[in-house]
Amino acid sequence: MTWIVGVLVFWILAWLANLWIVRQRFAQHGAGKLIAPMIFGVTVLILWEGMVRGIGVSAVILPAPSLIWAKVLASTSILWGDFMQTFVRGALSGYMIGCTAAVATAIAIDRSPFLQRGLLPVGNFVAALPIVGLAPILVAWFGFDWQSKAAVVVAMVFFPVLVNAVAGLADTSAMQRDLMRTYGASYWQTMFKLRLPAAMPFIFNGLKIATTLALIGAIVAEFFGSPIMGMGFRISTSVGQLALDMVWAEIAVAALAGSLFYGTVTLIERGLTFWHPSQR
Amino acid sequence: MNRVLPILTVVGLIIALWYAASVWLNAPWVYDQAARAGQSVSFSQMLPQTQNQSRPVLPPPHQVADALWQGLTGQAITSKRSLVYHGWVTLQSTLMGFVLGVVVGVGLAVSIVHVRAMDQSVMPWAVISQTIPIVALAPMIVVLSNSFWSGALPQATGLDSRAIAKAIISAYLSFFPVLVGMIKGLRSPDAMQIDLLSTYGASGPQTFWKLRLPASMPYFVASLKVAIAASLVGAIVGELPTGAIQGLGARMLIGSQFGEPLIMWSALFASAILAGGLILLVGVAERAIVRRTGSPA
Repeated sequence: MTWIVGVLVFWILAWLANLWIVRQRFAQHGAGKLIAPMIFGVTVLILWEGMVRGIGVSAVILPAPSLIWAKVLASTSILWGDFMQTFVRGALSGYMIGCTAAVATAIAIDRSPFLQRGLLPVGNFVAALPIVGLAPILVAWFGFDWQSKAAVVVAMVFFPVLVNAVAGLADTSAMQRDLMRTYGASYWQTMFKLRLPAAMPFIFNGLKIATTLALIGAIVAEFFGSPIMGMGFRISTSVGQLALDMVWAEIAVAALAGSLFYGTVTLIERGLTFWHPSQR
Repeated sequence: MNRVLPILTVVGLIIALWYAASVWLNAPWVYDQAARAGQSVSFSQMLPQTQNQSRPVLPPPHQVADALWQGLTGQAITSKRSLVYHGWVTLQSTLMGFVLGVVVGVGLAVSIVHVRAMDQSVMPWAVISQTIPIVALAPMIVVLSNSFWSGALPQATGLDSRAIAKAIISAYLSFFPVLVGMIKGLRSPDAMQIDLLSTYGASGPQTFWKLRLPASMPYFVASLKVAIAASLVGAIVGELPTGAIQGLGARMLIGSQFGEPLIMWSALFASAILAGGLILLVGVAERAIVRRTGSPA
């Protein structure tokens, strides 16, 4: 009972603290902006811990954060192996191949407005389909190891990036293209000096959507068959063993990997499209 | 016509490529069979045999279309083999998750726009929540809803815990586009319009109902399209790792485990048709809402 009352009091205090903090000047810019979300995150963790202890929730239903953290520390080598298998071999290689292929396709069909008019609606439609359903088919084709996971990721990221890249390549004005022509620029010079840079905000929009899709694809593909490691494999077998602390440890790793992946792409975007209004 | 022709060309190209790939991928099996029987097959003999195998590596389009037609009309729609039945199971969770996601998204957006503490403390976590691969959580959510969704609740609502789990996953994927769209929409009235309302002496709720909410409608309906697609993906993903036996995702899983590619492909296309239909429906609703609120375009 003391646990429950304690965390509820803590919750109210943290909430009041946040209400106060956002009205202060130091919370408006720079590192000060991180204080309020930090307090919120810590509050959620403490509420979780206190409620689990206070109500006495069994660890096979919902383990407390402290238990999960202990599990993370105790099984770093397993988690690292799963991370390498799923994220680096499966998701990252598929992401690279898929995004490169999508941008290359966009450039290849760039000279044919006819193909573009056809491909944009089809691509938009396919991008909305549950492509993740291809996972069992691709696992049957490419085997259980990381190649099939990479193939699923390629299929998932291709269309969102393609649609954005085609839209981006069309985003230069006639005036800008005419200017390049008066400079005597060739098609490829115009492409690399004007149109690709102008397309970058669009392409990065697609690349950011694709980061999440890549991880989802790599993990789902493991539910259909995998070697005896990988995040998806560990999650589905650990649920079967009711080892929920292991499941949550993998979820924590997945969340961290996903956020870092997204953050890295955002940082690269900031470096490459510093001129765009949304970055200033 | 100017718009249809390019689309038809691209679709035709894809089908042609698909046929070519199906010949290329299914040919080894034909040659293998012939070699075992001690015969040799010419190219023209091999060609038809790649198009009607019962367990092809890549079924050609007409086989998939046939399997899809069989699945849709071959039996009563209550049959366990009917794709209509499985589609209905998936659709229920999709719609439930969609409604839940829209409610949560709109609710969060309204509070984020009006309470600054919410904006600063919750918004970063909403963004982070989308970088977490939901499928990692899916088996977890099933376990949790199994233990909490018990007793009288399933009987009272006629829904089992698995449907609830799928709806939660759908809602998790679909609330974010609504949240982002609604925040943008609720903040779209400019300072001049807000000033005008304050010269009228409008209260906070009045400004909300008469200005912010109508102004957000175009953004809202645009985000619904993304949300319904995400919601369907959520329902299918929710069926994959959870050992479900009903639903289109479960159908794919069964096709995979029993080595029946035609079941997998027909389920895949049934879900594509379902996605297309849902997007069209939302498009119709979008036009109706936009016309009613009198917004341009």
